[in-house]
Amino acid sequence: MPDRLSIVVVEQDRERALLIVDSLRASGDHEIHVISERHGLARLISERNPDVVLVDIASPSRDMLEELTLASSPLDRPVAMFVDQSSDSLTRAAIEAGVSAYVVDGMAPGRIKPVLDAAITRFHMFQSMRAELAATKRALEERKIIDRAKGVLMKARGLSEDEAYALLRKTAMDQGKKMVDVAEALVTAAGLLS
Amino acid sequence: MSLTPLTLGYIPLVDAAPLIIARELGFAEQEGLALSLRAAPSWSTLRDLVALGQIEGAHMLAPVPVATALGLGGLPTRLDALCVLSVGGNTVGVSTALADQMRKAGHGFDFADATAAGTSLIAAAGQTLRIGVPFPFSMHAELLYYWLGALGLEAPQALDVRTLPPPLMAEALAAGDIDAFCVGAPWGSIAVENGSGELLLPTSAIWSFAPEKVLATRHDWAESEPDLAARLIRTMWRACRWLAEPSNRMTASEILARPDYLNLPAEMLERSLSGALVISPRGDQRMTPGFLHFHAGAATFPWRSQAGWIAARLAARTGLDRDAAQRAAKQVFRSDLYRDALASTAAPLPGASEKLEGALDAPTEVTTQSGSLVLQPDRFFDGQIFDPAAP
Repeated sequence: MPDRLSIVVVEQDRERALLIVDSLRASGDHEIHVISERHGLARLISERNPDVVLVDIASPSRDMLEELTLASSPLDRPVAMFVDQSSDSLTRAAIEAGVSAYVVDGMAPGRIKPVLDAAITRFHMFQSMRAELAATKRALEERKIIDRAKGVLMKARGLSEDEAYALLRKTAMDQGKKMVDVAEALVTAAGLLS
Repeated sequence: MSLTPLTLGYIPLVDAAPLIIARELGFAEQEGLALSLRAAPSWSTLRDLVALGQIEGAHMLAPVPVATALGLGGLPTRLDALCVLSVGGNTVGVSTALADQMRKAGHGFDFADATAAGTSLIAAAGQTLRIGVPFPFSMHAELLYYWLGALGLEAPQALDVRTLPPPLMAEALAAGDIDAFCVGAPWGSIAVENGSGELLLPTSAIWSFAPEKVLATRHDWAESEPDLAARLIRTMWRACRWLAEPSNRMTASEILARPDYLNLPAEMLERSLSGALVISPRGDQRMTPGFLHFHAGAATFPWRSQAGWIAARLAARTGLDRDAAQRAAKQVFRSDLYRDALASTAAPLPGASEKLEGALDAPTEVTTQSGSLVLQPDRFFDGQIFDPAAP
């Protein structure tokens, strides 16, 4: 079938890659390959000889794909970063969503748009999930440290849990620091002294 | 007075210092700018963020605006270099195994003689020399092609220059995927620190005054916001002048070392700022005066001849017309905006915007519009001179 596109997705996270593949499949009958290897990325891609390469813009590996834009690269067909012919709005949306597409030169925008639309939605969802996860992790870490600092204070000064918490909070406010920083210093100091 | 908000992007490297110092020490505020900084994960992403107008400007590899002007890579949005931010500062390193081999063959690792180092490297490397660089459009790549090409190594048959993000260089070196690398500070020192490589040469030994990073903005932005552009140029000039003071290096390295910025030991960063580099895991140290310039010799002046040199090299290896490439490139190094911005300051402005590149063997005093200026040596290791006006 001439309309069948060959797409390479560069993604190290397996689960994420699978979800991206699913959403791309839903946008049409494409031949999709996932590359998770970081070494020899340009070579691996040129072996696949794809029409479209999708890559996370948060990945430093993206710079390796820039080699594909040079005519002297091992890839026979020149590749360009995808730019909508009429405006750069689709490219802008893609970059905002955190995905970058490299497309074989001369491909009609109409063929790539559904693919990119699907990728944008998926990448976008992942970006917000990732941010949420990071925030949750950080909050958990902070709570753990504060709990340990409370324990140190309760033991060393015979305070109740509420009193220990209040003391930590007051010290942080007096010193203009974050509570977790005061707690961390206390835990470190206690570790050194014990 | 209310400050005008402005966001610049950067890659966490020692030579992002002018942006970081401009923000932290109030040089931006002095020009009425509330400067925000945004770290980017890759050069291609940084370039695209500027091209799409998500940030006003960025710390950028000097060849990127030139490559964009030649239609190589990325969006077709013209980018301009408002000023140079740093000169030099890169190192060539080799794997410890290759270093041992070169030492056995009699190479002295003087960290200065590019001909000797290159000859020894070519002899030790075998069939094809594989070298990692951070980006295809970089001074790293251009200087490697220039240096090893002049010593008889032909790309792509005998020289394979590959793009690798600096954090992956050490791994690739250890895995035998590459024989050597050329990276900006502090990545060379990091490879030495973790024992995966030894430093062979500063790139200043290949071209002693090579423009490294520029401040790039969209051409349209520079044209429609001439006042902001001028304020930005003055801000960078003052930050660079401050950075060039040897007594400020310790403060600068402490600020750069912060977790928000490079998150690395300040001592390691100070080595790059002072040019006192540790070149091997055994602790051998070499002093390289002029390893990294921010200010000396009108370092921030965007010479159109520098753009011309980059374009001539890019054109030669991508098969573009050399004359047309040079003409297009010279337009994007905005020495005109630089002059306008700094006319009211103490900055010495060169009389011309182009010069012969590679003609100065020693510091040379030249007259300027307002007095005089000492240009720094700018020679190429093989003594060639680049004439930007030559056909």
